Formats: sequence, C-alpha cells, structure tokens
Amino acid sequence: MVLLQLFQTFFIMGFVSFGGGYAMIPIIESAITKYGWMSSEQLTNIIAIAGMSPGPIAANSAILIGYTAAGISGAFVSTFAILFPSLILVICVAGFFVRLHHNPVVEKMFYGLKPLVTSLIIFAAIKFALANNLVSINLSFRSISLVIIFGLSLFALLKLRWNPVYVLLLSGLVGVTLYS
Amino acid sequence: MTVEWKLVWRIFWTFFKISPVTFGGGFAMIPLIIKEIVEKRKWLTTEEITDVIALSQTVPGAVAVNSATFIGHKIGGIRGAFAAMIGVSLPTFLIVLSLGISYFYIDDNPKLEAAFVSIRVTIVAIIVYAAIKIAKTAIFDKTTFFIMAAGVPALFFIHPIVAILLGAITGYIIVSIKTKLGYMIEMKKSKEEDPANDPEYYMGAGI
Repeated sequence: MVLLQLFQTFFIMGFVSFGGGYAMIPIIESAITKYGWMSSEQLTNIIAIAGMSPGPIAANSAILIGYTAAGISGAFVSTFAILFPSLILVICVAGFFVRLHHNPVVEKMFYGLKPLVTSLIIFAAIKFALANNLVSINLSFRSISLVIIFGLSLFALLKLRWNPVYVLLLSGLVGVTLYS
Repeated sequence: MTVEWKLVWRIFWTFFKISPVTFGGGFAMIPLIIKEIVEKRKWLTTEEITDVIALSQTVPGAVAVNSATFIGHKIGGIRGAFAAMIGVSLPTFLIVLSLGISYFYIDDNPKLEAAFVSIRVTIVAIIVYAAIKIAKTAIFDKTTFFIMAAGVPALFFIHPIVAILLGAITGYIIVSIKTKLGYMIEMKKSKEEDPANDPEYYMGAGI
C-alpha cells in the first residue's frame, strides 16, 4: 500500500517536475502530510542529505523518502516512479517535436510556469522556516543563534558564492559545536 | 554480443562514469559529456549537445537525467535512451541510498542531531537562495511578478500540481491575449543578461 502511494506521488511529480528539486518540495510535503510517512523535521533532514549528495535533488529526495517510508523496495519504487515520466517524455519529444524549445506554445507556457516555480520555492522556504522554528518570538540562545546561522548561510551563498554542499557541511560542524 | 548491444553497453558505461560528478547540479556534467561523447567517442557534435541541453530544460525532470536520456536516444534509439538513463542514475542511486541507510543507523546520535539543528536552518537559506536565482530569470516584467506574488498565498489553499498547471495555462492565455492586442511581449530575458547562462544558477536551483 505504501509502495503504491510512493509510486503514485513520484510518478505524477515526474510529469510536472520543472525548475529543479526545491520547487518539488511543496508536492512532497503535501504527500507526506496526507500519508504520514514522516515528520516535517525528518523531511528537512532528508532534503539536506539529498542536497549534499551527487545527483539531482528531486531524485535523491525520492530515494530517501522511499527508503524512510518502505525500506529498500520503497527506494527502488520511488526512483523508478520519478524517472519513468522523463523517459517517456524524452522519447516522445525526441521522436516528434525536435525543436520544442523554440515552440511558441511552450514559450507561452513557460512565461507563466517560471514565476510559479519561483512561488513554489518561496512557499517551500516559508514552510521549512516555520517547521524548524526559524520564525519565533522567544529570545533564547537557540533561536537567536539559528537566525544568525540562517543569515550567515545566505551570505556565504549569495555574496561569497560558496558551493551549497560546503555551506551545509560547515553548518553541520557549527551545529555540533553549539548544540551538543 | 551483437554490435547493437555493445553500443547500448557503451552508452550505459559512459554515463555511469560521468554521473558521480553531478554534485548539486547537472550542469557540472556538460564538460565531461562533451569530452566523452564528442571528443572521445565522436557520437555527436558539440552543437548537438548544446541543443540537447536546451531542450532538456523544457522537459520536466532533472536536466542531468534528461540530457543523458536525449543523448542516449540520439545515439542508440529507445534502448540507448534506457541505457543512458540507468547509467546516469545508478551511481547516484547507490551513493544516496548508502548515505540514507547510514543516516538511519546513527540517527539518534546526539552529535548528529546537533549538526542537523544547524543544517536544517541552512537548508532554508539554500532554498531562499534557489528562489532568488530562479527569480532572476523568471521575473522580468509586471505580469511575471504578479504571477509569482499571487502564487505564494494560493499555494496555502490549492495543491501544488494544480498550481503548476494553472501557472502554465495563465502564461499561455496572457501571452496570447497580449499578442492579439498588439503588445510586443518579451517571453524571456535577453540572452546576454540571462543568468541561466551562468552555471552557478543551476547549482542554486539544485537541478
């Protein structure tokens, strides 16, 4: 039953997976709330591991969510489910509409699709910020330090142009120092 | 082994070797694809590869996987597409799965828990960063800004898949109407200032 839910979720996601892995977080999050596979906190950890690993983030998240929900078979089913739509679509596109990226219909759709992908990512950021108590009114050491870590991470990414993988690893070290 | 199956195996093996370098974004793969597919094997030309990568971004799914599948299809038909897709996915699948398994073994380690308190906040920063990077190509006039601004609150009420479909339909309708009314409409940023040409953009997008 869980395998079927996983397959359904990632198979449908495979068909609308535009704009990279982070835009897919809202879809994953809504499935997780619906089926109760894990907590929001666990999901955030999984997205972090997916981001630190080689490979596309959406596929990596599928592997890890599948594994958490249903073990090795869950990982296989989810990966297959997210890859299969790409295979179907690529074969169709390669066979029929070779110049899809200059197609006026596709260009018109992307005009609205790209801003919406931006909304999806902003929405994911808001959800995760709330789930991880980043937006909080109490002034404990923990909540203040978390806001500082958030600010420094953003600074490292935007201004210092560090690779996200390094920022995540360094942040982990900071966490061990501050919170254990 | 027949000649055809030898080719399928070669396609698989080529992408299997390239795959593990796709850290944080498929675009790290491009120089290696050109080296292996164009220079070494002489299966395709650099222009064909550039075309494939542009096309891969219009198809849903990860750019790394889509480009590999397209290239596999060009070289060896449907069997080639399959071989390339499995070749590019298998190494990362095994790496991520073993990372996942080890994470669940040491899940309750207090040091690891402490690390993740900080990492979870950094992931929020990375998502914000991804949003900024994507916004730079996606938002370039009032209409695109409005779609983005309306999309965020709408997502609290409607399913994200419905939102994606509505976004595409809205884009289609708005551009069609504006064109009918005789407005000139830029559908994307001009090439020179398009941050999509900056490989770092894709790193932020986590494609």
